[in-house]
Amino acid sequence: MDITVNILLTIATAATPLLIAAIGELVVERSGVLNLGVEGMMIMGAVGGFGAGYLTGSPWIGLLAAIIVGALFSLLFAVMTLSLATNQVATGLSLTLLGLGLSGMIGTSFVGQPGVRLPNLEIPGLSSIPVVGKLIFGQDPVFYISIALTAAVMWFLFKTRTGLTLRSIGDSHTSAHALGIKVIRYRYLAVMFGGACAGLAGGHLSLVYTPQWVENMSAGRGWIALALVVFASWRPWRVLAGAYIFGAVWIGQLHAQAFGIPVPSQFLSSLPYLATIVVLVLISRNKRLTMMNTPASLGQPFVPDR
Amino acid sequence: MRIELVKRPQRSALFSMLSPFIAFALTIIAGAIMFALLGVNPLDAFNIYFIQPISEVWQLHELAIKAAPLILIAVGLSVCYKANIWNIGAEGQFIFGAIFGSIIPVLFPQFEGPLVIPLMLLLGMVGGAFYASIPAFLKTRFSTNEILTSLMLVYVAQLFLDWLVRGPWRDPQGHGFPQTIQFGDWAVLPQLMPDAGRANWGFVFALVAAVAIWLMMSRMLKGFEVRVLGSSPRAGRFAGFGFNRMVFFTFLLSGALAGLAGISEVSGAIGQLQPVISPGYGFTAIIVAFLGRLNPLGIVAAGLVLALTYLGGEAVQSALGISDKVARVFQGMLLFFVLGCDTLIHYRIRLIGMALTKGTAKLEAAPKLGEAR
Repeated sequence: MDITVNILLTIATAATPLLIAAIGELVVERSGVLNLGVEGMMIMGAVGGFGAGYLTGSPWIGLLAAIIVGALFSLLFAVMTLSLATNQVATGLSLTLLGLGLSGMIGTSFVGQPGVRLPNLEIPGLSSIPVVGKLIFGQDPVFYISIALTAAVMWFLFKTRTGLTLRSIGDSHTSAHALGIKVIRYRYLAVMFGGACAGLAGGHLSLVYTPQWVENMSAGRGWIALALVVFASWRPWRVLAGAYIFGAVWIGQLHAQAFGIPVPSQFLSSLPYLATIVVLVLISRNKRLTMMNTPASLGQPFVPDR
Repeated sequence: MRIELVKRPQRSALFSMLSPFIAFALTIIAGAIMFALLGVNPLDAFNIYFIQPISEVWQLHELAIKAAPLILIAVGLSVCYKANIWNIGAEGQFIFGAIFGSIIPVLFPQFEGPLVIPLMLLLGMVGGAFYASIPAFLKTRFSTNEILTSLMLVYVAQLFLDWLVRGPWRDPQGHGFPQTIQFGDWAVLPQLMPDAGRANWGFVFALVAAVAIWLMMSRMLKGFEVRVLGSSPRAGRFAGFGFNRMVFFTFLLSGALAGLAGISEVSGAIGQLQPVISPGYGFTAIIVAFLGRLNPLGIVAAGLVLALTYLGGEAVQSALGISDKVARVFQGMLLFFVLGCDTLIHYRIRLIGMALTKGTAKLEAAPKLGEAR
């Protein structure tokens, strides 16, 4: 029983950063912007969060710093693609490349330093209920944030007027513009929300998942988060499901390596990436479904005419 | 303050030429600020970064060694990007080219003769093209996003190479080091001028590829097809150009060139397979392609510039103790500025402050449709 609980707990820990980053990117893409810089914003959040936590000794300040760093870094993308109408694919890629380089440079002095870890929640009494206690009441704070965030984004997108406006911008920025909606302003906010989420996801990596700084520690999670959004056909609750499936794959291969299954560890390590491809193929095979769900103006630059 | 873009009636030929240079100048300025923040005199740093690494002949050879894979890969990618097809997994195709090409020297070391190198190069191209055909197939057959699949395959390729050199292909006499046997004499790509430096034939391949692709893009129907499908898929379909065929063509071409770069690097510069054979050439080549304005001849120049950022990064690391990641930062900034400056080709940029300027005052009084912030 304990083993099952522990595995479930580790799956939740592995799924949390994927979920947060993907939920952020979902809002960005719903507004019609494709930001391929998730990996870069995530790793910047990871290094910023680790650095702030390490220097102040407070993991909470670290987490806050991760969010701020992610949002500020995404601002770079926003200025380029929204104000200067650059190609979103290329700009997102360059955000990732810059983030990987910059984080490596900033993090040089952090390598091998002991980090601080965000403590798990402990509610006296409740946390010690067998099985459910730890699962529901004893996880790290970011886990709860991730669930609350998913619910909040669901409510925002589908139950509020602002959410409706955001989705309309994603489907047709010209129509939205003609209605007097401030397309660019909405998109700025959406991109920065995505950046803050990616930063938070990175902070989770360096303050909870493995409380230390390792170069390239995001290991493609930002890209998997991007794939999750497609997999979820731009619906928050499907992102939640997808993140946990991927968390399970990630943890499953780690456990398989630990149990000494006679398959080379490299093959097991490549499973999350292969799973991403398989899942993408399965979902995109149905062309009509994809067409119907993709925000129609996704990735297209918008320059308001007078 | 907000930024407003005003569409030019035609693309500006002036800025089309100037934008890479403006971008480079902006990168230098940003770099100077960065060095100053790191507590280094920017002038000293630039001297070490950009001047010293190319002040002697043997260093120019090193530059050519670094530039060759960048140019080869970027020339292929430029065709993809012109066609609006996004292969960003060149790093994986580079690795598979290296693996396929190494089959001969690793598994058949007794096979010798002048045929070895051509066969290795051919296999390298086949390997890269094979690996690139996976995302192309998935895109054409299942319309799966090629950006994500080609990138995911990079991680898979890195892990596969890691397994090969630690497992079945490991040199039994290698004292347990994760590497294959040293390639035999016939399997090493010859150097161009062994007396002057280490540069090998890889650089020549890069130049030949650049000229060939330039000819294709500017003088041949295929190049026209690429450009039409890239700028207007609908027009392309009316003209009878097949989109799926184009996806395969661009992926196989760029994959083969990345594979050629991979085997050239392994056979020319390294001499065996190791767990890591590339300092991110496949990704840096994306920057090269854009800095070269997706023009093969521009890419040659851009490849040399980016190669210099690698050498400079190593130089400041040894001379000033700054992390060689500084090279990555320079490369990232450069791409940012290039993309930003490219906006100038199609738009005039107007900065609109709080105080309105005389000529635009009347326009600004109209309902503000073009809110930028």
